[in-house]
Amino acid sequence: MDAKFAKFDYLLRQGDNALILSQQLCQLVGKGPALEEDMALSNVALDLLGQTRMWLSYAGEIENQGRDEDRLAFLRDAGDYRNCILVEQPNGSYADTLMRQFLFDSWHYFLMDGLTRSSDERIRDIAAKSIKEVTYHLRRSGDLVVRLGDGTDISHAKMQTALDELWMYSGEAFIYDEIDNAMVEQGVAPAAELLRKQFLDHVAEVLQDATLSMPPLEAWMQRGGKQGRHSERLGYILAEMQFLQRAYPGATW
Amino acid sequence: MTAQEVSVDQVWSWLGDVPDPEIPVISVVDLGIVRDVRMLDDECIVTITPTYSGCPAMGVIADAVKDALHAHGLEARIETRLSPAWTTDWMSASGKAALKGYGIAPPVQQAIDISGLHAGIRRRAAPDVTCPHCGSPHTQLTSEFGSTPCKALYKCLDCREPFDYFKCH
Repeated sequence: MDAKFAKFDYLLRQGDNALILSQQLCQLVGKGPALEEDMALSNVALDLLGQTRMWLSYAGEIENQGRDEDRLAFLRDAGDYRNCILVEQPNGSYADTLMRQFLFDSWHYFLMDGLTRSSDERIRDIAAKSIKEVTYHLRRSGDLVVRLGDGTDISHAKMQTALDELWMYSGEAFIYDEIDNAMVEQGVAPAAELLRKQFLDHVAEVLQDATLSMPPLEAWMQRGGKQGRHSERLGYILAEMQFLQRAYPGATW
Repeated sequence: MTAQEVSVDQVWSWLGDVPDPEIPVISVVDLGIVRDVRMLDDECIVTITPTYSGCPAMGVIADAVKDALHAHGLEARIETRLSPAWTTDWMSASGKAALKGYGIAPPVQQAIDISGLHAGIRRRAAPDVTCPHCGSPHTQLTSEFGSTPCKALYKCLDCREPFDYFKCH
Protein backbone atom coordinates (compact mmCIF):
# COMPACT_ATOMS: atom_id res chain seq x y z
CA MET A 1 0.00 0.00 0.00
CA ASP A 2 1.48 3.29 -1.14
CA ALA A 3 1.49 5.56 1.92
CA LYS A 4 0.60 8.69 -0.03
CA PHE A 5 -2.30 7.00 -1.79
CA ALA A 6 -3.63 5.59 1.47
CA LYS A 7 -3.66 9.00 3.11
CA PHE A 8 -5.26 10.61 0.08
CA ASP A 9 -8.02 8.00 0.13
CA TYR A 10 -8.48 8.32 3.89
CA LEU A 11 -8.85 12.10 3.58
CA LEU A 12 -11.40 11.65 0.79
CA ARG A 13 -13.44 9.44 3.12
CA GLN A 14 -13.55 12.17 5.75
CA GLY A 15 -14.39 14.88 3.26
CA ASP A 16 -16.98 12.83 1.37
CA ASN A 17 -18.87 11.81 4.52
CA ALA A 18 -19.20 15.44 5.55
CA LEU A 19 -19.99 16.62 2.01
CA ILE A 20 -22.74 14.13 1.18
CA LEU A 21 -24.47 14.54 4.53
CA SER A 22 -24.22 18.32 4.17
CA GLN A 23 -25.75 18.16 0.70
CA GLN A 24 -28.62 16.02 1.96
CA LEU A 25 -29.31 18.35 4.89
CA CYS A 26 -29.25 21.32 2.52
CA GLN A 27 -32.18 19.78 0.66
CA LEU A 28 -34.24 20.34 3.82
CA VAL A 29 -33.54 24.07 4.03
CA GLY A 30 -36.91 25.79 4.15
CA LYS A 31 -38.65 22.46 4.74
CA GLY A 32 -37.80 21.75 8.37
CA PRO A 33 -40.71 20.64 10.58
CA ALA A 34 -40.22 23.71 12.80
CA LEU A 35 -38.27 26.93 12.38
CA GLU A 36 -35.74 25.92 15.04
CA GLU A 37 -35.13 22.60 13.31
CA ASP A 38 -34.82 24.27 9.94
CA MET A 39 -32.09 26.54 11.29
CA ALA A 40 -30.38 23.67 13.07
CA LEU A 41 -30.29 21.51 9.94
CA SER A 42 -28.86 24.29 7.80
CA ASN A 43 -26.30 25.23 10.44
CA VAL A 44 -25.16 21.63 10.83
CA ALA A 45 -24.96 21.41 7.02
CA LEU A 46 -22.84 24.56 6.97
CA ASP A 47 -20.46 23.22 9.62
CA LEU A 48 -20.10 19.98 7.68
CA LEU A 49 -19.45 21.87 4.46
CA GLY A 50 -16.70 23.87 6.15
CA GLN A 51 -15.16 20.64 7.41
CA THR A 52 -15.45 19.14 3.92
CA ARG A 53 -13.40 21.99 2.56
CA MET A 54 -10.61 21.43 5.09
CA TRP A 55 -10.47 17.68 4.36
CA LEU A 56 -10.68 17.88 0.58
CA SER A 57 -8.21 20.72 0.21
CA TYR A 58 -5.71 18.69 2.23
CA ALA A 59 -6.53 15.60 0.13
CA GLY A 60 -5.78 17.60 -3.02
CA GLU A 61 -2.44 18.75 -1.61
CA ILE A 62 -1.46 15.20 -0.69
CA GLU A 63 -2.45 13.92 -4.13
CA ASN A 64 -0.50 16.76 -5.75
CA GLN A 65 -2.21 16.45 -9.13
CA GLY A 66 -3.59 19.97 -9.21
CA ARG A 67 -7.03 19.06 -7.91
CA ASP A 68 -8.37 21.49 -5.31
CA GLU A 69 -11.39 20.93 -3.04
CA ASP A 70 -13.84 22.19 -5.66
CA ARG A 71 -12.56 19.85 -8.36
CA LEU A 72 -12.64 16.94 -5.95
CA ALA A 73 -16.20 17.75 -4.93
CA PHE A 74 -17.72 18.60 -8.28
CA LEU A 75 -15.80 16.54 -10.81
CA ARG A 76 -15.65 13.06 -9.30
CA ASP A 77 -18.28 10.49 -10.20
CA ALA A 78 -20.04 8.18 -7.75
CA GLY A 79 -17.49 5.36 -8.07
CA ASP A 80 -14.73 7.70 -6.93
CA TYR A 81 -16.66 8.85 -3.86
CA ARG A 82 -15.52 7.32 -0.57
CA ASN A 83 -18.35 8.14 1.85
CA CYS A 84 -20.08 5.54 4.01
CA ILE A 85 -23.47 4.36 2.78
CA LEU A 86 -25.13 5.77 5.91
CA VAL A 87 -24.87 9.38 4.75
CA GLU A 88 -26.50 8.69 1.37
CA GLN A 89 -29.62 7.20 2.96
CA PRO A 90 -32.70 9.27 2.09
CA ASN A 91 -33.91 12.12 4.32
CA GLY A 92 -37.22 10.22 4.65
CA SER A 93 -39.40 11.34 7.53
CA TYR A 94 -37.99 13.60 10.21
CA ALA A 95 -37.39 10.52 12.36
CA ASP A 96 -35.18 9.09 9.59
CA THR A 97 -33.27 12.37 9.17
CA LEU A 98 -32.74 12.70 12.88
CA MET A 99 -31.73 9.09 13.53
CA ARG A 100 -29.28 9.19 10.61
CA GLN A 101 -27.82 12.35 12.13
CA PHE A 102 -27.56 10.84 15.60
CA LEU A 103 -25.80 7.69 14.36
CA PHE A 104 -23.46 9.81 12.24
CA ASP A 105 -22.74 12.34 15.00
CA SER A 106 -22.02 9.59 17.56
CA TRP A 107 -19.42 8.02 15.28
CA HIS A 108 -18.12 11.36 14.00
CA TYR A 109 -17.52 12.70 17.49
CA PHE A 110 -15.37 9.77 18.64
CA LEU A 111 -13.51 9.67 15.34
CA MET A 112 -12.67 13.38 15.57
CA ASP A 113 -11.63 12.87 19.17
CA GLY A 114 -9.26 10.09 18.04
CA LEU A 115 -7.94 12.21 15.18
CA THR A 116 -6.98 15.05 17.57
CA ARG A 117 -4.19 12.64 18.59
CA SER A 118 -3.22 11.75 15.01
CA SER A 119 0.45 11.55 14.02
CA ASP A 120 -0.38 13.92 11.13
CA GLU A 121 -0.29 17.53 12.32
CA ARG A 122 -2.70 18.88 9.71
CA ILE A 123 -5.24 16.15 10.52
CA ARG A 124 -4.89 17.02 14.22
CA ASP A 125 -5.63 20.66 13.44
CA ILE A 126 -8.68 19.87 11.31
CA ALA A 127 -10.03 17.46 13.95
CA ALA A 128 -9.46 19.97 16.76
CA LYS A 129 -11.40 22.57 14.80
CA SER A 130 -14.18 20.14 13.85
CA ILE A 131 -14.74 18.50 17.21
CA LYS A 132 -16.06 21.70 18.76
CA GLU A 133 -18.80 21.80 16.14
CA VAL A 134 -19.39 18.04 16.22
CA THR A 135 -19.83 18.11 20.00
CA TYR A 136 -22.62 20.60 19.58
CA HIS A 137 -24.20 18.49 16.79
CA LEU A 138 -24.12 15.35 18.91
CA ARG A 139 -25.57 17.05 21.96
CA ARG A 140 -28.48 18.32 19.92
CA SER A 141 -29.22 15.12 17.98
CA GLY A 142 -28.92 12.97 21.12
CA ASP A 143 -31.23 15.31 22.99
CA LEU A 144 -33.86 15.12 20.23
CA VAL A 145 -33.62 11.32 19.98
CA VAL A 146 -34.46 11.18 23.69
CA ARG A 147 -37.30 13.67 23.40
CA LEU A 148 -38.93 11.96 20.44
CA GLY A 149 -38.15 8.39 21.50
CA ASP A 150 -39.55 9.04 24.95
CA GLY A 151 -42.33 11.17 23.49
CA THR A 152 -45.74 10.15 22.22
CA ASP A 153 -46.64 6.65 21.05
CA ILE A 154 -46.42 7.84 17.46
CA SER A 155 -43.05 9.60 17.81
CA HIS A 156 -41.68 6.59 19.69
CA ALA A 157 -42.82 4.19 16.96
CA LYS A 158 -41.36 6.39 14.20
CA MET A 159 -38.01 6.67 15.96
CA GLN A 160 -37.82 2.93 16.59
CA THR A 161 -38.63 2.17 12.94
CA ALA A 162 -36.01 4.66 11.77
CA LEU A 163 -33.42 3.12 14.08
CA ASP A 164 -34.21 -0.43 12.96
CA GLU A 165 -33.99 0.51 9.28
CA LEU A 166 -30.78 2.54 9.57
CA TRP A 167 -28.97 0.18 11.91
CA MET A 168 -27.45 -1.92 9.13
CA TYR A 169 -25.65 1.20 7.88
CA SER A 170 -24.17 2.08 11.28
CA GLY A 171 -21.27 -0.35 11.22
CA GLU A 172 -19.43 0.34 7.98
CA ALA A 173 -17.19 2.94 9.58
CA PHE A 174 -15.79 0.30 11.95
CA ILE A 175 -15.08 -2.33 9.28
CA TYR A 176 -11.50 -1.41 8.47
CA ASP A 177 -9.92 -2.21 5.11
CA GLU A 178 -6.29 -1.94 3.99
CA ILE A 179 -6.55 1.87 3.75
CA ASP A 180 -7.85 2.23 7.30
CA ASN A 181 -5.31 -0.28 8.58
CA ALA A 182 -2.45 1.56 6.89
CA MET A 183 -3.62 4.73 8.65
CA VAL A 184 -3.74 2.97 12.01
CA GLU A 185 -0.24 1.59 11.47
CA GLN A 186 1.07 5.08 10.73
CA GLY A 187 -0.60 6.43 13.86
CA VAL A 188 -2.86 8.63 11.74
CA ALA A 189 -6.22 7.04 12.63
CA PRO A 190 -7.64 5.48 15.80
CA ALA A 191 -8.17 1.71 15.99
CA ALA A 192 -11.56 0.31 14.99
CA GLU A 193 -12.22 -1.66 18.18
CA LEU A 194 -11.90 1.31 20.50
CA LEU A 195 -13.95 3.54 18.21
CA ARG A 196 -16.72 0.96 17.93
CA LYS A 197 -16.86 0.49 21.68
CA GLN A 198 -17.07 4.23 22.32
CA PHE A 199 -19.78 4.54 19.70
CA LEU A 200 -21.86 1.63 21.00
CA ASP A 201 -21.56 2.74 24.62
CA HIS A 202 -22.76 6.21 23.83
CA VAL A 203 -25.57 5.06 21.52
CA ALA A 204 -26.77 2.52 24.09
CA GLU A 205 -26.88 5.16 26.81
CA VAL A 206 -28.92 7.60 24.72
CA LEU A 207 -31.27 4.90 23.39
CA GLN A 208 -31.95 3.74 26.92
CA ASP A 209 -32.96 7.27 27.93
CA ALA A 210 -35.05 7.40 24.78
CA THR A 211 -36.84 4.14 25.72
CA LEU A 212 -35.78 2.75 22.32
CA SER A 213 -34.59 -0.84 21.83
CA MET A 214 -31.06 -1.22 20.60
CA PRO A 215 -30.92 -3.49 17.54
CA PRO A 216 -28.73 -6.62 17.80
CA LEU A 217 -24.98 -5.96 17.83
CA GLU A 218 -24.32 -9.00 15.64
CA ALA A 219 -26.65 -7.72 12.88
CA TRP A 220 -25.31 -7.77 9.31
CA MET A 221 -23.72 -4.46 8.42
CA GLN A 222 -23.82 -3.02 4.91
CA ARG A 223 -20.46 -2.04 3.49
CA GLY A 224 -18.81 -0.89 0.29
CA GLY A 225 -19.19 2.90 0.33
CA LYS A 226 -15.63 3.48 1.51
CA GLN A 227 -14.42 1.46 -1.48
CA GLY A 228 -16.68 3.31 -3.93
CA ARG A 229 -19.51 0.76 -4.14
CA HIS A 230 -22.52 2.92 -3.39
CA SER A 231 -26.27 2.68 -3.40
CA GLU A 232 -28.07 3.99 -6.46
CA ARG A 233 -29.03 7.08 -4.49
CA LEU A 234 -25.58 8.62 -4.53
CA GLY A 235 -25.87 9.11 -8.29
CA TYR A 236 -28.99 11.24 -7.84
CA ILE A 237 -27.40 13.25 -5.04
CA LEU A 238 -24.33 13.99 -7.17
CA ALA A 239 -26.43 14.73 -10.26
CA GLU A 240 -28.05 17.60 -8.40
CA MET A 241 -24.94 18.74 -6.53
CA GLN A 242 -22.65 18.68 -9.55
CA PHE A 243 -25.10 19.94 -12.16
CA LEU A 244 -23.65 23.41 -12.57
CA GLN A 245 -20.04 22.32 -13.02
CA ARG A 246 -21.08 19.53 -15.38
CA ALA A 247 -23.29 21.78 -17.51
CA TYR A 248 -20.98 24.81 -17.42
CA PRO A 249 -17.48 23.46 -16.80
CA GLY A 250 -15.23 25.91 -15.00
CA ALA A 251 -18.03 28.33 -14.14
CA THR A 252 -17.10 30.66 -11.28
CA TRP A 253 -18.88 33.33 -9.23
CA MET B 1 3.59 53.47 1.69
CA THR B 2 5.70 50.37 2.13
CA ALA B 3 5.53 47.84 4.92
CA GLN B 4 8.83 49.13 6.27
CA GLU B 5 7.38 52.55 7.06
CA VAL B 6 4.51 51.18 9.12
CA SER B 7 4.73 49.63 12.56
CA VAL B 8 2.99 46.41 13.47
CA ASP B 9 1.19 48.26 16.28
CA GLN B 10 -0.14 50.74 13.74
CA VAL B 11 -1.58 47.90 11.66
CA TRP B 12 -3.25 46.37 14.73
CA SER B 13 -4.80 49.73 15.48
CA TRP B 14 -6.14 50.04 11.91
CA LEU B 15 -7.54 46.51 12.10
CA GLY B 16 -9.33 47.52 15.29
CA ASP B 17 -11.58 49.65 13.07
CA VAL B 18 -12.57 46.76 10.76
CA PRO B 19 -16.04 45.57 11.81
CA ASP B 20 -17.24 41.99 11.74
CA PRO B 21 -19.60 41.83 8.71
CA GLU B 22 -22.39 40.09 10.65
CA ILE B 23 -22.03 41.93 13.96
CA PRO B 24 -20.80 45.41 13.02
CA VAL B 25 -20.46 46.64 16.62
CA ILE B 26 -17.47 44.40 17.20
CA SER B 27 -14.17 44.57 15.34
CA VAL B 28 -12.33 41.61 13.89
CA VAL B 29 -9.64 42.23 16.51
CA ASP B 30 -12.16 42.21 19.38
CA LEU B 31 -13.62 39.00 17.97
CA GLY B 32 -10.19 37.39 18.27
CA ILE B 33 -9.92 36.20 14.69
CA VAL B 34 -6.83 38.24 13.80
CA ARG B 35 -4.04 36.04 15.10
CA ASP B 36 -0.91 37.69 13.80
CA VAL B 37 0.44 40.70 11.94
CA ARG B 38 3.89 40.42 10.39
CA MET B 39 6.05 42.55 8.17
CA LEU B 40 8.06 40.55 5.70
CA ASP B 41 10.29 42.62 3.46
CA ASP B 42 7.86 44.85 1.60
CA GLU B 43 4.77 42.93 2.53
CA CYS B 44 2.31 42.97 5.40
CA ILE B 45 0.94 39.53 6.28
CA VAL B 46 -2.21 39.29 8.37
CA THR B 47 -3.13 35.86 9.74
CA ILE B 48 -6.79 35.21 10.48
CA THR B 49 -8.55 32.13 11.82
CA PRO B 50 -12.14 31.04 11.14
CA THR B 51 -14.65 31.12 13.98
CA TYR B 52 -16.67 28.18 12.63
CA SER B 53 -15.17 26.07 9.86
CA GLY B 54 -18.04 26.84 7.49
CA CYS B 55 -18.35 30.50 8.40
CA PRO B 56 -19.37 32.19 5.14
CA ALA B 57 -18.07 35.54 6.38
CA MET B 58 -14.39 34.55 6.16
CA GLY B 59 -14.03 35.68 2.54
CA VAL B 60 -15.73 38.98 3.32
CA ILE B 61 -13.53 39.48 6.39
CA ALA B 62 -10.35 38.82 4.41
CA ASP B 63 -11.44 41.35 1.78
CA ALA B 64 -12.42 43.90 4.45
CA VAL B 65 -9.00 43.60 6.11
CA LYS B 66 -7.23 44.07 2.79
CA ASP B 67 -9.43 47.03 1.84
CA ALA B 68 -8.92 48.73 5.21
CA LEU B 69 -5.15 48.49 4.99
CA HIS B 70 -5.24 49.50 1.33
CA ALA B 71 -7.10 52.65 2.37
CA HIS B 72 -4.08 53.45 4.56
CA GLY B 73 -1.80 52.82 1.59
CA LEU B 74 -0.60 49.43 2.74
CA GLU B 75 -0.92 46.27 0.68
CA ALA B 76 -1.54 43.16 2.73
CA ARG B 77 -1.64 39.43 2.16
CA ILE B 78 -4.09 37.33 4.16
CA GLU B 79 -3.21 33.91 5.47
CA THR B 80 -5.59 31.63 7.31
CA ARG B 81 -4.55 29.44 10.17
CA LEU B 82 -6.56 26.58 11.71
CA SER B 83 -4.55 25.88 14.81
CA PRO B 84 -4.99 26.59 17.59
CA ALA B 85 -8.71 26.56 16.88
CA TRP B 86 -10.57 29.79 17.59
CA THR B 87 -12.31 30.02 20.92
CA THR B 88 -14.70 32.56 22.41
CA ASP B 89 -12.07 33.05 25.15
CA TRP B 90 -10.17 35.16 22.63
CA MET B 91 -12.97 37.67 22.46
CA SER B 92 -11.89 40.86 24.24
CA ALA B 93 -13.70 42.26 27.27
CA SER B 94 -14.60 45.37 25.28
CA GLY B 95 -15.91 43.13 22.49
CA LYS B 96 -18.14 41.28 24.93
CA ALA B 97 -19.42 44.57 26.33
CA ALA B 98 -20.16 45.80 22.80
CA LEU B 99 -22.09 42.62 22.03
CA LYS B 100 -24.23 43.09 25.11
CA GLY B 101 -24.93 46.70 24.20
CA TYR B 102 -26.02 45.49 20.77
CA GLY B 103 -28.56 43.08 22.28
CA ILE B 104 -26.52 39.89 21.93
CA ALA B 105 -25.69 38.05 25.14
CA PRO B 106 -21.92 37.41 25.15
CA PRO B 107 -20.50 33.92 25.78
CA VAL B 108 -20.62 33.29 29.52
CA GLN B 109 -18.49 30.27 30.27
CA GLN B 110 -14.81 29.80 29.90
CA ALA B 111 -14.51 27.56 26.86
CA ILE B 112 -13.26 24.12 27.75
CA ASP B 113 -10.24 22.46 26.23
CA ILE B 114 -10.67 19.51 23.91
CA SER B 115 -9.94 16.92 26.57
CA GLY B 116 -12.90 18.18 28.57
CA LEU B 117 -15.40 17.91 25.75
CA HIS B 118 -16.65 14.42 26.60
CA ALA B 119 -18.77 15.88 29.35
CA GLY B 120 -20.46 18.05 26.75
CA ILE B 121 -21.94 15.34 24.53
CA ARG B 122 -24.72 14.46 26.93
CA ARG B 123 -27.47 16.87 27.73
CA ARG B 124 -26.34 19.32 30.31
CA ALA B 125 -27.89 22.32 31.95
CA ALA B 126 -27.84 25.29 29.62
CA PRO B 127 -25.42 28.00 30.77
CA ASP B 128 -26.80 30.83 32.88
CA VAL B 129 -27.30 33.41 30.20
CA THR B 130 -28.26 36.90 31.32
CA CYS B 131 -30.77 38.86 29.27
CA PRO B 132 -28.88 41.64 27.44
CA HIS B 133 -32.02 43.84 27.55
CA CYS B 134 -33.12 43.80 31.19
CA GLY B 135 -30.27 41.95 32.91
CA SER B 136 -32.51 39.19 34.26
CA PRO B 137 -30.89 35.80 34.82
CA HIS B 138 -34.25 34.07 34.14
CA THR B 139 -33.78 33.05 30.53
CA GLN B 140 -34.57 30.02 28.45
CA LEU B 141 -33.01 28.44 25.37
CA THR B 142 -35.46 28.42 22.46
CA SER B 143 -33.17 27.18 19.68
CA GLU B 144 -29.69 25.66 19.64
CA PHE B 145 -28.97 27.57 16.46
CA GLY B 146 -29.71 31.15 15.49
CA SER B 147 -29.22 33.60 12.67
CA THR B 148 -25.55 32.69 12.23
CA PRO B 149 -23.53 29.57 13.13
CA CYS B 150 -22.05 31.33 16.16
CA LYS B 151 -25.33 32.14 17.87
CA ALA B 152 -28.20 30.42 19.70
CA LEU B 153 -31.68 31.83 20.41
CA TYR B 154 -32.87 32.59 23.92
CA LYS B 155 -35.84 34.32 25.45
CA CYS B 156 -36.07 36.30 28.67
CA LEU B 157 -38.70 35.02 31.09
CA ASP B 158 -39.00 38.41 32.77
CA CYS B 159 -39.04 41.06 30.04
CA ARG B 160 -40.27 38.42 27.54
CA GLU B 161 -37.89 39.64 24.85
CA PRO B 162 -36.15 37.14 22.58
CA PHE B 163 -32.42 37.61 22.08
CA ASP B 164 -29.33 36.07 20.47
CA TYR B 165 -26.68 34.39 22.58
CA PHE B 166 -23.14 34.14 21.25
CA LYS B 167 -22.39 30.46 21.82
CA CYS B 168 -19.46 29.41 23.93
CA HIS B 169 -17.04 27.59 21.68
